[in-house]
Amino acid sequence: MNFAIPNFLPAAAEIFVAVMVLLSLLLTTFVRERQSARALGYGLAQISLLGACVIVVVVMPSQAVLTFSDLFIADSLAGFLKLMILFAVIVSLLYGRDYLAVRKMDRPEFFMLVQLMALGMMVLVGANHMLTVYIGLEMMSLPLYALIAFDRDNARATEAAMKYFVLGSLASGMLLYGMSMVYGATGTMDLSVLMDAASRGIGVAPESRLVLAFGLVFLVCGIAFKLGIAPFHMWVPDVYQGAPTAVTLLIAGAPKLAALGMAMRLLAFGMADLMVHWQHMLIVLAVASIVLGNLAAIVQTNIKRMLAYSGISHMGFVLLALLSARWIGSEQTAGDAFALLGLQPLPLTVNAYSAALFYAVAYVVMTLAAFGTIVLLSRSGFEADTLEDFKGLNRRSRWFAGMMMFTMLSMAGIPFFVGFIAKLAVLQAVVQAGGYWLAVLAVVMSVIGAFYYLRVVKVMYFDAPQSEEALVASPDVRFLLSVNGIGIAVLGLAPQWLLDMCLQALPVALS
Amino acid sequence: MTAATQLPLLSLAIWIPILGAILILAADRKLQNDATVRKLALLVSVLGFAVTLPLFFQFDRLSAQMQFVEQAHWIERFLVTYHLGVDGISMLFVLLNSLITVLVVVAGWRVIQDNVAQYMAAFLIMSGLMNGIFAALDGLLFYVFFEASLIPLYLIIGIWGGPNRVYAAIKFFLYTLAGSLPMLLALIYLYSKSGSFSILVWHQLPLSATEQMWIFLGFLLGFAVKVPMWPVHTWLPDAHVEAPTGGSVVLAAIALKLGAYGFLRFSLPVTPDASMAFAPLMITLSLIAVVYIGLVALVQKDMKKLVAYSSISHMGFVTLGFFMFNRLGVEGALVQMISHGFVSGAMFLCIGVLYDRLHSREIADYGGVVARMPKFAALFMLFSMANAGLPGTSGFVGEFMVILGAVQFNFWTAVVAATTLVLGAAYTLWMYKRVIFGQVANERVAALDDIDRREFAFLAVLALCVLAMGLYPYPLTEVMHASVEQLLAQVGVGKISPVLP
Repeated sequence: MNFAIPNFLPAAAEIFVAVMVLLSLLLTTFVRERQSARALGYGLAQISLLGACVIVVVVMPSQAVLTFSDLFIADSLAGFLKLMILFAVIVSLLYGRDYLAVRKMDRPEFFMLVQLMALGMMVLVGANHMLTVYIGLEMMSLPLYALIAFDRDNARATEAAMKYFVLGSLASGMLLYGMSMVYGATGTMDLSVLMDAASRGIGVAPESRLVLAFGLVFLVCGIAFKLGIAPFHMWVPDVYQGAPTAVTLLIAGAPKLAALGMAMRLLAFGMADLMVHWQHMLIVLAVASIVLGNLAAIVQTNIKRMLAYSGISHMGFVLLALLSARWIGSEQTAGDAFALLGLQPLPLTVNAYSAALFYAVAYVVMTLAAFGTIVLLSRSGFEADTLEDFKGLNRRSRWFAGMMMFTMLSMAGIPFFVGFIAKLAVLQAVVQAGGYWLAVLAVVMSVIGAFYYLRVVKVMYFDAPQSEEALVASPDVRFLLSVNGIGIAVLGLAPQWLLDMCLQALPVALS
Repeated sequence: MTAATQLPLLSLAIWIPILGAILILAADRKLQNDATVRKLALLVSVLGFAVTLPLFFQFDRLSAQMQFVEQAHWIERFLVTYHLGVDGISMLFVLLNSLITVLVVVAGWRVIQDNVAQYMAAFLIMSGLMNGIFAALDGLLFYVFFEASLIPLYLIIGIWGGPNRVYAAIKFFLYTLAGSLPMLLALIYLYSKSGSFSILVWHQLPLSATEQMWIFLGFLLGFAVKVPMWPVHTWLPDAHVEAPTGGSVVLAAIALKLGAYGFLRFSLPVTPDASMAFAPLMITLSLIAVVYIGLVALVQKDMKKLVAYSSISHMGFVTLGFFMFNRLGVEGALVQMISHGFVSGAMFLCIGVLYDRLHSREIADYGGVVARMPKFAALFMLFSMANAGLPGTSGFVGEFMVILGAVQFNFWTAVVAATTLVLGAAYTLWMYKRVIFGQVANERVAALDDIDRREFAFLAVLALCVLAMGLYPYPLTEVMHASVEQLLAQVGVGKISPVLP
């Protein structure tokens, strides 16, 4: 039996993080003093994540590289998503550090779990095989369950973790079931093989197509669960609210990017042949999420819950972008588009997928700022997560009220903020693909959505403060939040580079 | 006039107020001194106005082309450019807006004691954004300014407004957003057809009748809410009543013009055939606004509400002028817009002067003010006359031109439109009579002081504008001729080639 040593280089970042996890596990046990052990755990985690960023950039291949018997792929999409994921995790940790310290949750194990979660996400977006997808997904989810329940005495958090675990396992089960059907129909789980399965003559028999379509349904269910898409969204509000805010940051940020990566690997790559089918499913899911997310968010008084529902609708927008990869409706009619200037429009797939990537990144940036503000306002033993807590923030701190206003307006899609560019990217992709009624629906729901974002602005600016207490957050949280808020405005004013990155992130295979 | 050696005047007109506002916000924490903040705000607004003056004097009146053009890449992914320029239609509004901003800053001088820096900054930012709306030649840039200008006004109404301000602010925001998002879809559709966001490209873009209809409706929703046209006008009285004086002034003088301007910049030239087809509807809605809203204004008990309804009625005149597609109508409507900017601004400032003293806007709380405030009564009289369309004031010129245009178009339309002269006089002068003349109503009125130098200054500036425009409107109409001719030629040709049998 031949044994070839695989090419480890494409997975260098993942290997580095894995080694660092073990290293910090080892090192922190030898540090006697509690305080320094904690600092060490935190420091090592940040070093490992930052180091992974550097490695991702350094080893980024110019074209897709497969390794580990084609289980793992390193391409521009994986590189881009890994960078964004690591960035989101680093920011989440920076925001959460004080919060964790005050609640005595900053034990070294916490940071190790976070690293493992990051590792899982990196594996997930670099999957070229359904098994790798599954491994990555579980490696991301299991640490998350533990992180939510990390504060053992917190009944709410434990309940949230339990709920997330049970539903998450169900979703994983569905995903596995779908994978097994795909395997049954085609005899392979290799995504790059599946991508052009039809042209290779795999799984083209009518009965295989039927099984494939069934498998696809289960895959889509699993993806929808991880993205938090209605009607698989039940866990989102409870988990967001129940989890300590520092952990909510970790759930609401990076995993959305990982889930988008998973959706693109499974659907855009693996199920490219069945795009007609998954497009129709995604239309239903996207419409359901946008409608339900926006309507349910209106009645929330807890900001974390409100942001959860708003996140559901934002993920609906991401799906809107994904499903625009193909002409919506019967037959393409707008053949004369762009004719006037003699320009060639981007292919629908490129336009759509890059819009989805941009939207997801923009959403993560906004969501980090929003939860960052909640962290900023919270004090020891007190969560500032209701609308009441934001009352009169303008009087307490004009600067941070401004930052939160930027975030809320950006989420509402008001111009000069990144959220507007993101909405524009998605809407133009939908219109380009001829989905006019979808665009109209999205726009109508955006108006409804604007109401609850405006309410936060109203509470901060128009109401009298409940307490005149100064904010107690540490300087680095303040600094980070300022950067984050200004970033939202700057990205809205100069979005070109990020839009370009999202375009370049798409591998050749997808265009 | 070589463009290369020119200062980027339009960019300056947009960014001086915005950057000045940021500076004020930053300086406020250091200074902790409201007097300095006010002076700084005045300086910025005067500077902002000064840079717009060359626009008027260096303007080439014979050309229908865009002038003072600036172009730069902005978002290449969607081919959005930072493309600015003004023609005879938009240039005057940049001036009007910058002037009104100066007056608003002065008007808020003493009244606003709370959050002065934020108040001034909000107005300055809004001024810059509004200049951007009028100067944008890129559809998306236009939209960006159009939407972003909601934010400062929302805050102005919500923070410094009256008792019911939260309701009014949110209603204002959501109404306008609901209108403008369909407009965004129309813009995106045009982009997907043409591959460009350039308005000038869209003017040439061939579109089928069905496409034009949907695009027109998208634009209509956006602009009709902003104008506001009957029946989507209900946000305006609420916003006006709750807004602080400065907010009302900007709302009436500038914000209402945005919708009407949008019709001229987008609806008419981009969808000429649909505009023709929808003209009967638009004219009907305009006439309803003129007559019905005029009647509504008659029965108002609140002065601000009365002027708000009178604004809607006057704006009905503007949309009426646009959709008759003759030069008198369009130019008359444009003159009416400028005039209404001055007159309604002045009316709200006058009401503000009274409100600052008595903290009431109810007509019934006043009476016999002339005995205590003769100077004020004289100025208020002038503005009321202008609002009623008295010859010699600016209000007359625009209304007269539109009515003349209407006679050319259809006699009965003209008859209905002309009722505004009666109604306008009725509601404005009746209010004037009840507030200013008669017995001194109560001891609070008896204790009134006449306007001081500051108040006199800003009212006098407006009075001069109103009179100058009324007596010699030629410099204004001269600017418009070429652009309006070209616009009407575009609309006349249409975009659908006649189908051969």
